[in-house]
Amino acid sequence: MVTWKNNGVSEIKIQVKNLDFYYGGTQALFGITMDIFSRRVTALIGPSGCGKSTFLRTLNRMNDIIDGTRLTGQMFIDGQDINGGITDVVKLRKKVGMVFQKSNPFPKSIFDNVAYGPRTHGVKNHKQLTEIVEKSLRQAALWDEVKDRLAVSAMDLSGGQQQRLCIARALAIEPDVLLMDEPASALDPKATSKIEDLIDQLCNDYTIIIVTHNMQQAARVSDITAFFYEGHLIEMGQTEQIFTKPMQKETEDYITGRFG
Amino acid sequence: MAGRLSQKVMCWIMRLTAYFVVVIVGFIVFEIVWRGAGAISWEFLFSMPRRSGAEGGIWPAIVGTLLLVVGSIIVAFPLGVATAIYLSEYARQGRFMRAIRVAISTLAGVPSIVFGLFGLGLFVIFLKWGCSIVSGCATLACMILPTIIVSSEESLRAVPQSLREGSLALGATKWQTVWSNVLPYSIGGMLTGLILAIGRVAGETAPILLTVAAFYLPKLPHSIFDQVMALPYHLYVLATQHPDTAAVLPKAYGTALVLLLLVLGVGLAAIILRIHFRKKYKW
Repeated sequence: MVTWKNNGVSEIKIQVKNLDFYYGGTQALFGITMDIFSRRVTALIGPSGCGKSTFLRTLNRMNDIIDGTRLTGQMFIDGQDINGGITDVVKLRKKVGMVFQKSNPFPKSIFDNVAYGPRTHGVKNHKQLTEIVEKSLRQAALWDEVKDRLAVSAMDLSGGQQQRLCIARALAIEPDVLLMDEPASALDPKATSKIEDLIDQLCNDYTIIIVTHNMQQAARVSDITAFFYEGHLIEMGQTEQIFTKPMQKETEDYITGRFG
Repeated sequence: MAGRLSQKVMCWIMRLTAYFVVVIVGFIVFEIVWRGAGAISWEFLFSMPRRSGAEGGIWPAIVGTLLLVVGSIIVAFPLGVATAIYLSEYARQGRFMRAIRVAISTLAGVPSIVFGLFGLGLFVIFLKWGCSIVSGCATLACMILPTIIVSSEESLRAVPQSLREGSLALGATKWQTVWSNVLPYSIGGMLTGLILAIGRVAGETAPILLTVAAFYLPKLPHSIFDQVMALPYHLYVLATQHPDTAAVLPKAYGTALVLLLLVLGVGLAAIILRIHFRKKYKW
């Protein structure tokens, strides 16, 4: 149990113990041990190639699709082994949604984009789908902008709207955890602040893990910050502490802009 | 100055070669239309041939060629697309993949008469399908398979990886992802390969010569185990095998013109479909 700057206590949602990760013969993560708390925003920061995105992608096993990757160590979500035989990857990904760096709306209508996940998981009833689509778009703060043109192609939306659509699409399968891989790095400042407001809202209901290159963003949106460097987790703690009095020299050098 | 001159000369040489292609196409089309248009009439298109094709029409040959096109595509398109899906979405790079690729490019390089012989041996004789539409379609399908595989695989690979990842991340299985978030976007590109395949099927003579085509059969087929006439073979017969070649030459040109229009027509339909799909799925 940890006490928080704003309010209350939080439970552990994801536990990672001694995670090593390899791309073929190259080791990308070294002995990562980390607890991720429920309904909090955890920011992963660090210079390019430090392994933060790789780590993020181990949480919903997106690295499975890359040939020649393997990992050792233990990872649990709600006490269940992420990589174990009992947790099949479809169930895991239903529980752990993901938003990508480059927004990737499907070349379908707005409605079909959001309904894609539920349909995949067997929801056929149109009324039910309509409700899910509306709810998800509202949660992603996109409903008011698109409610009159749900049949329009998602490719006609602006960059920021597309990214919020991708968030709505991820929310439509009702995950517990939302992984965000630099969700605002391709957006202008206005669209970025919309995404950040959204993260603030969503963390009431979801456990959010966000990879970001933008230090101010990490400071603004996250409760906890983890600093990665060359495949190692150097330091992790409450965001305020990491940014005001980091324990490790590498962390301090990075956040003060001495490298990276 | 010398550099600029050679630049100019080379540019003109290449431009002339490009014009030359247009001239050849123009000449072929002009020749066939000029000499064949006179032979075209309702009777020529829709009636049975008489006196070994010297009189009457070419209706059975038109029907035969259409049947061969449709039949071979029904066989080859699903097979080719399935192979392409395997190669693009499932197979891992390695020795086995290289072997498959060598097999495909070898298949693409096999002369069409060899396909005919293969079809004769396998479908006509060994499987006892006889000289028939099924044998011909199966043979033609083997011939166009590489075209369909290669073009389908290319259009599958053109679908951005991010769309696959987006679907997988939503908990879709690989097959669900391929079926609803990759295949629909690549159909447009697949149709391009189909157009090429249709042209070949409609035009080839050698493979059907040994497996299906009838020299002279003035009736329509009743089952897929019947023989049929086909336009390219009929053309060959009229132009070289007929006792009175000079007299039937207009008919031969008329047949050529119909064959040309048929291929263009089917190709045009596929192009329209492709444009439709391109518009529908853009990223």
